[in-house]
Amino acid sequence: MELTRRDALAALASGGVVAGVGAAGLRQSLADAPDDGVDLPPERERGLLLAVARVVYPSELDGVREFVETYVAGRADARDGYRAAMRDALATVDDRARAWRDEEFLALAPDDRETHLRELGVDTADPDPEGTDAERIRYYVVNELLYALYTSPAGGELVGIGNPQGHPGGTDSYQRGPR
Amino acid sequence: MSGRGESAGADGIDRTPSERVDVCAVGAGPAGALVAHRLADAGYDLVVLEAGERFDPADRLERMERSIRPGHDHLDVWDMGGERDAYSNGGEMFYPLNSARVKGVGGSTNHWQGMVMRLHELDFELESRTGVGADWPVGYGDLRPYYAEAERELGVAGADDNPFAPPREEPFPMPAFRPSHSDSLFADACEGVGVAMHSVPNARNSEPYDGRGECVGYGTCKPVCPSGAKYSADVHVRKAESEGARVIDRAPVQRLVHGDAGNRVDAAVYATPDGREHRQEARQFVLAAGGVETPRLLLLSESERYPDGLANSSGLVGRYFMDHLFAGMGGTLDEPTRQNHVGFITSESHQFYDDADAEVGSFKLEFLNYAGPSPVGTALSADEWGDDLLDDLRGSYGNHVGMGALAGQLPREENRVTLDPTTTDDHGNPVPRIHWSLDERTRNTLERANEIQREILTELGVDVEWTVGPDDTGPAFHHMGTTRMGTDPDESVVNPRLRTHDLANLWIPSSSVFVTGGALNPTLTIAALALKAADHVEAKL
Repeated sequence: MELTRRDALAALASGGVVAGVGAAGLRQSLADAPDDGVDLPPERERGLLLAVARVVYPSELDGVREFVETYVAGRADARDGYRAAMRDALATVDDRARAWRDEEFLALAPDDRETHLRELGVDTADPDPEGTDAERIRYYVVNELLYALYTSPAGGELVGIGNPQGHPGGTDSYQRGPR
Repeated sequence: MSGRGESAGADGIDRTPSERVDVCAVGAGPAGALVAHRLADAGYDLVVLEAGERFDPADRLERMERSIRPGHDHLDVWDMGGERDAYSNGGEMFYPLNSARVKGVGGSTNHWQGMVMRLHELDFELESRTGVGADWPVGYGDLRPYYAEAERELGVAGADDNPFAPPREEPFPMPAFRPSHSDSLFADACEGVGVAMHSVPNARNSEPYDGRGECVGYGTCKPVCPSGAKYSADVHVRKAESEGARVIDRAPVQRLVHGDAGNRVDAAVYATPDGREHRQEARQFVLAAGGVETPRLLLLSESERYPDGLANSSGLVGRYFMDHLFAGMGGTLDEPTRQNHVGFITSESHQFYDDADAEVGSFKLEFLNYAGPSPVGTALSADEWGDDLLDDLRGSYGNHVGMGALAGQLPREENRVTLDPTTTDDHGNPVPRIHWSLDERTRNTLERANEIQREILTELGVDVEWTVGPDDTGPAFHHMGTTRMGTDPDESVVNPRLRTHDLANLWIPSSSVFVTGGALNPTLTIAALALKAADHVEAKL
């Protein structure tokens, strides 16, 4: 299954983010370092997001980088304080990797990245935007990525739902029988 | 609008009263909004006082996300709860009041499902026909033209294919939404057991209507329609304002004050966010604050002359509280059922509605389009991710079916809204206390609905996995019956023109005047009553 830039832009538009700036403009916004007090260069922010996405997204998906950078950057930029909270949660993932494993998160092998997230308790944490580290990572990073995917047409198609909840896919698909 | 003070609140909004206006309405839900629009359009000066805030339509996408994503309380979607909305329970059954309402411009239509049926003729003549309940002092024929008007105002998509519905005089304003794939699965089973299906009237645009676009299928109708295709009463608030009405938000009315003679309301005393109180004077007052806050405000408006509360010489203000009860059943099939593509239903059956008698009441059957889990909801709460999560989602989604039913309950005096003197709201007023219980006839009705649901699902070949019946039922969030309508001032609170018996300029267009509740979603009837009340108020101006 191929995730495309179009998926990301359609999902952004349905989430109320004006997509007129286009994918390039959105990626540009993720390239800027916001003045939010979080010690996380934009390049590392993008890398961490993508690394977590590769853990929580199904392996059969292609085009994850384009999707994540376009969608997540656009959404995080569209809401006051949202990107700072997401960056803070990503920085926590990295800080804990250095403290517990003496490695940066991005330097870990893919399996170790997943193990690290589980040891943080992110898999079983209840998402809470104002909760513990694990709860905030679950809310701002993992669930942000999962929300982006499973409210998009491509994510819906993966599961077998033509118009997933949260996506304005029209009123034809509910009438159709299975293909 | 003349005569307002100069002071503005911290948000820059002037909430000081207008000089005595023609009409003051309390509440900016569907009833208040429709009355306000109708009377403003006729040229009258009008102020609407709304306890909650004015929601920004641009925030609806974020509210939708809050409704889907775990990490937010469901009350956060529309900013309900807290000291402002405190309440208590005193009956046999817990009533989750704040889940059942939205305070703000548009009222509970912000979170409603949007189903709009006319009550059946039976509902107006229940006692005469069955020997239980009570009769309304007006009949279906009296409301029929107002129903048609209400359907045009709200914008109803429907089809004249319901053989059990009361007679109608003209087509629906928009074509009905077409049946779903799962409706087609149910159709064969229903035919097999002799149950007739038909379309559902929806206050939801099946095509562009009244300046709003058609439904685009976000699938989250209840509690949020981000596109505005579902009607919500902010539509008529905006229309009223464009005709000159003034709508003041965050202005909870504390009490109504009557004149020395005791037969007219002089002013509504309301609070503003800056901590001040103001008096809005008017020639006529329209109380449209829903089935709980309406009686509460009357009870809070006690005076030396009326120690038991305003308009309460009958002692019935707050009594006969009713809701509809849910019965449901569902499970899985061995084929795809295509659920959760949209958040509304497209087929029902009213076949058994008019079979009501003294032992079993009316009920309607619903064929759900959102049975079983929504994949995104499952994903966000799962303990797995990656390929394992996808496997789980594919396993849990795809073959669920479900049926719902609404059953009406009888009006009983002991079910009521009172004031709870032990708990106060953010202005120091006693909170509403809900006393709610089920009668045996309602339990029988839920059992009967379950029997038919099981028959249909068995015929369909469903492996039934869940049932909601008399022992675990819950309310449909339709507050009715707390200021009932009647001709006898000893037996009712308002007359058939919706004016209180006790006060000559106080009108209540609301589900609180329902004498019986039927088993159908009440908002179209609320809208029809509001349009009727607007005619009667205008005749007095």
